[in-house]
Amino acid sequence: MATPSGSLRSREHPLASTIEQLHVLNNSVSRHKPFDEALAASGLHPLTATGIAIFQINVGKLCNQTCKHCHVDAGPDRKEVMTRETMELCLKALEQTDTPTVDITGGAPELNPNFRWLVGEVKKLDRHVIDRCNLSILLLPSQRGLAEFLAENRVEIIASLPYFLAEKTDAQRGEGVFDKSIEALKELNSLGYGQEGSGLELNLVYNPTGAFLPPPQHSVEADFKRELWKRHGIAFNSLYTITNMPISRFLEFLLRTNNYDRYMQRLIDAYNPGAAAGVMCRDTLSVGWDGTLYDCDFNQMLDLPVSFGAPGHVRDFAAGKLGQRRILTGRHCYGCTAGAGSSCAGATA
Amino acid sequence: MAGYYHEEDLPRFGEMGKNAPELWEKFEAWYGAVFAEGALTEREKNLIALAVAHAVQCPYCIDAYTQACLEKGSNLDQMSEAVHVASAIRGGASLVHGLQMRNVSEKLSM
Repeated sequence: MATPSGSLRSREHPLASTIEQLHVLNNSVSRHKPFDEALAASGLHPLTATGIAIFQINVGKLCNQTCKHCHVDAGPDRKEVMTRETMELCLKALEQTDTPTVDITGGAPELNPNFRWLVGEVKKLDRHVIDRCNLSILLLPSQRGLAEFLAENRVEIIASLPYFLAEKTDAQRGEGVFDKSIEALKELNSLGYGQEGSGLELNLVYNPTGAFLPPPQHSVEADFKRELWKRHGIAFNSLYTITNMPISRFLEFLLRTNNYDRYMQRLIDAYNPGAAAGVMCRDTLSVGWDGTLYDCDFNQMLDLPVSFGAPGHVRDFAAGKLGQRRILTGRHCYGCTAGAGSSCAGATA
Repeated sequence: MAGYYHEEDLPRFGEMGKNAPELWEKFEAWYGAVFAEGALTEREKNLIALAVAHAVQCPYCIDAYTQACLEKGSNLDQMSEAVHVASAIRGGASLVHGLQMRNVSEKLSM
């Protein structure tokens, strides 16, 4: 049986609605206890921010790929992209802080027509820039010179590569994506990325290719380093393991394959208080394509903006209030607290 | 009763501690220690468990250790080879008993 492809939006799937996704998550069977109960048992309720170390900007949902697990429901059909005016508001907000890192994500963030301008402006503020890159974007004719641009601006690249074998990677990210990813990685290596002493950081992201938790980060990183070098002569710095969130397209996969209850229970059974204490939302602020502020990119994709009195739009940015805000949580948060924990920078515990 | 094996029984394994809690606690502690990283990695131990699960043909164990192997970073090539190891030993164990057959036959025959 062919598996569905394309964004949920393009398929007019009911789960394209965040209301429907929240309905599924909030009406889980009773043994899926609410996340706040788990937090309370760990002495972490209510969860609060500890500052803003990472200013994450989602510059849009447009993407050249439609990965099956995508929490953004990104794809070529998505037209939501951040305008230059909203980027200027982000820069004004950044000027008010000493936040050291700006993490640019999407979609494929490079498809935003103002991506390179934004990188340049953030570099003028002397902040470290991360580009969450899907690799295949580097090969598009419209993106000529992109890899060189990233290297010249010393941009850290965090690139998705769910496995070192084509079969598993293509099963998640689309036919032919693995070969393109390898070609792009070779190009990045040739520019110095991932090479010792170059200072050009190239980090890869492992997502499980199904309804199971990621392996221990250190052990799968060793596998990737050995196999990518042996098979393709590719080097990189670190591998981050990220758990699949039970939202958007991965939620659709879980429900369609009758894996939802079991996966949720797996996340809940693997709840780790140490991982909960170190969740990324505590030191990250996430900005949506239209300037709305969120506790994280997952809350952003569920249309759950910052709450409890914190300013809701980047034009009203207030570092003090946002840096100490109370964080909005839900059952999807179990995805960040299971096992060794999960964040945009990999395991947390 | 529709059948003897039910997927939903797997998470109920702990109920086996209800009438013999001390024995269950000892089993749990020993089981946990067995699977902890030691001279063998956790990944290796889970591959062994997957192979043994096939040898003893326990559907609960196959379910649990397929997931565990994936979560320890094994891939389907490695897991399939582990199942072949179990199958080879099972097949070989049958075949080696052929010698008993030959011995009996020799004894009975002129």
